[in-house]
Amino acid sequence: MRERYGLNAPLWKRYLIWISGFVRGNFGESFEYKREVDELIWDRIAFTLIISVGSLIFTYIVAIPLGIYSATHQYKWSDHFLTFLSFVGMSIPAFLLALSLMVFAFEIFDVPLFGLFSAYYEGAPWTWGKLGDLFKHLWIPVIVVGINGTASLMRIMRGNLLDVLGQPFVQTARAKGLKEIVVVSKHAVRIAINPLISILGMSLPGILSGSAIVSIVLGLPTVGPILLNSLLNEDIYLAGTLIMMLSLLLVIGNLIADIALAWVDPRIRYE
Amino acid sequence: MKSTIEITEEVAGADDPWTDGGQLSYRQLIWRRFRKNRMGVIAGALLLLFYILAIGADFFAPYHYNEINMRLRHVPPQRLHFSFSDGFYVHGLKSVRNSESLELEFTKDLMQRHRVEFFFKDAKGRRHLFSSAGPMFLLGTDRMGRDLLSRIMYGARVSMTLGLVGVLLSIVLGSILGTISGYWGGWVDNLIQRIIEILSAFPDIPLWMALGAALPPGWSSIQIYFGITIILSIIRWGGLARQVRGKVLAYRESDFVMAARAAGAGHWHIITKHLLPGCYSHIIVIATLAIPGMILGETALSFLGLGIRPPMTSWGVLLEEAQRVTVLLHYPWLIFPALPVLVVVIAFNFLGDALRDAADPYSD
Repeated sequence: MRERYGLNAPLWKRYLIWISGFVRGNFGESFEYKREVDELIWDRIAFTLIISVGSLIFTYIVAIPLGIYSATHQYKWSDHFLTFLSFVGMSIPAFLLALSLMVFAFEIFDVPLFGLFSAYYEGAPWTWGKLGDLFKHLWIPVIVVGINGTASLMRIMRGNLLDVLGQPFVQTARAKGLKEIVVVSKHAVRIAINPLISILGMSLPGILSGSAIVSIVLGLPTVGPILLNSLLNEDIYLAGTLIMMLSLLLVIGNLIADIALAWVDPRIRYE
Repeated sequence: MKSTIEITEEVAGADDPWTDGGQLSYRQLIWRRFRKNRMGVIAGALLLLFYILAIGADFFAPYHYNEINMRLRHVPPQRLHFSFSDGFYVHGLKSVRNSESLELEFTKDLMQRHRVEFFFKDAKGRRHLFSSAGPMFLLGTDRMGRDLLSRIMYGARVSMTLGLVGVLLSIVLGSILGTISGYWGGWVDNLIQRIIEILSAFPDIPLWMALGAALPPGWSSIQIYFGITIILSIIRWGGLARQVRGKVLAYRESDFVMAARAAGAGHWHIITKHLLPGCYSHIIVIATLAIPGMILGETALSFLGLGIRPPMTSWGVLLEEAQRVTVLLHYPWLIFPALPVLVVVIAFNFLGDALRDAADPYSD
């Protein structure tokens, strides 16, 4: 048994063997599932990606308008309300939100919010119906994972826009007699939105972490639950591969964010 | 020097920070500006109250956190009543076995009244602020019949101190490495910055999970506690080190540091007497804002069963029981420990925000 998994060698040697296999695409064998790690992880990584990208889109779509609204209505009651909301949103742990949403859904709508598919489509081959079913289940984890990021991004957008609105060129635009909506949307927001793109890279770890823990609570077939399981069972090759994959996703995400920033803002050049 | 400051404050006396801004020390200015922020002050007071409750949990909690009553499992929260003859009291409990689920269910026995006594002395001779001779579970009990309210108070000890200790660790680590990085620059700076970048590229919860799972099962509660603390601060020191480095870089070439160097001051003297004091306010603000993240980290880890292990208790450990929806639907009061988590985290966020505004010399 020990022989088969190569557990007799010292730790550093096992690590070296594993890591050299990893770069060649051989991730080792899971003790628990008695299968190659390779077979276990790919669709889970795909679902993780779907949820993460979904929450990222949700975060930006919701946070930017709210941030703009908050900044243009500074110190009105709606701004105070949004500020309070964002503080709560930043403070609530994602798993708690998932848990309470699940209870609510069960109490009020009497539907179990478990998994990514209805029982009918579970394990069925991919069809358009299954895809539709996926999207029907997807929005809850996407929102739950995205809430924390949305709240903090909204604060940042508000702060940025307020800074920009205080600058001379905005005053000039107003003095020219432009409508306020044109001043804000054409002049101020364009500048204020730039730092948000560089934050994209920084918000990725939070979203990946969030998706892991929310998936555990909601029982989604992403990396989270299988990672927890492998850690509890000391299934080292599986756990190691999963963490390595998550970190790789992050690095790639950061790279994309950097490229996007250079593409959007012509003042930034990487030399 | 110190006496003149005190005198001017007495003379000026007013709350307006600008009448005598020139004569007040930076710290006094911060304090004055902070006091004006009502949300910040409320949040600070609330946190102080929570810490007092946590430290004095032996006295404030009605029961010991591990007092098991196997016959009183999953008792729903009891309502506190008041009458002039009995003072505060709760009704007694009647247990009925549910014919379908075969579980014991509790209803209140209106004939019985258990009075709530203040400065109650329990069987072991310990004093409690309030308790009762009969069963009194204001927030209900868990699956082993332990009083949830008491467990939340005791859990605060672990949950609320873990964040503090963790942040303290990352402050020490972050300040030292940040100062080294900023002061000496060159390849040392490069190395430290790259390490920080690598650390910040990890998804924190999965990494914490892995490290939490790696803690040996044979460890005692205290060892686990410090193990978790170290795990949480391993990733978080990077941000602080960055900020300190930025500050040190800015001050390094400033006139007062040049003057100190010209006067023959050593590196140690310059760092501790001239550079670090300039970063203090910054460090405190970042530390305050980092505490909620640590509290949430511990809660998440314990919730998953990879953090604090029973018999030690924390808010995350308490929430672990509420993990499954079926349990939560039957015993919804098990979600109560989430409330203090939320309140404390929001309070820390408000406090940190208020401190940041107060420490910013360019505000208002």
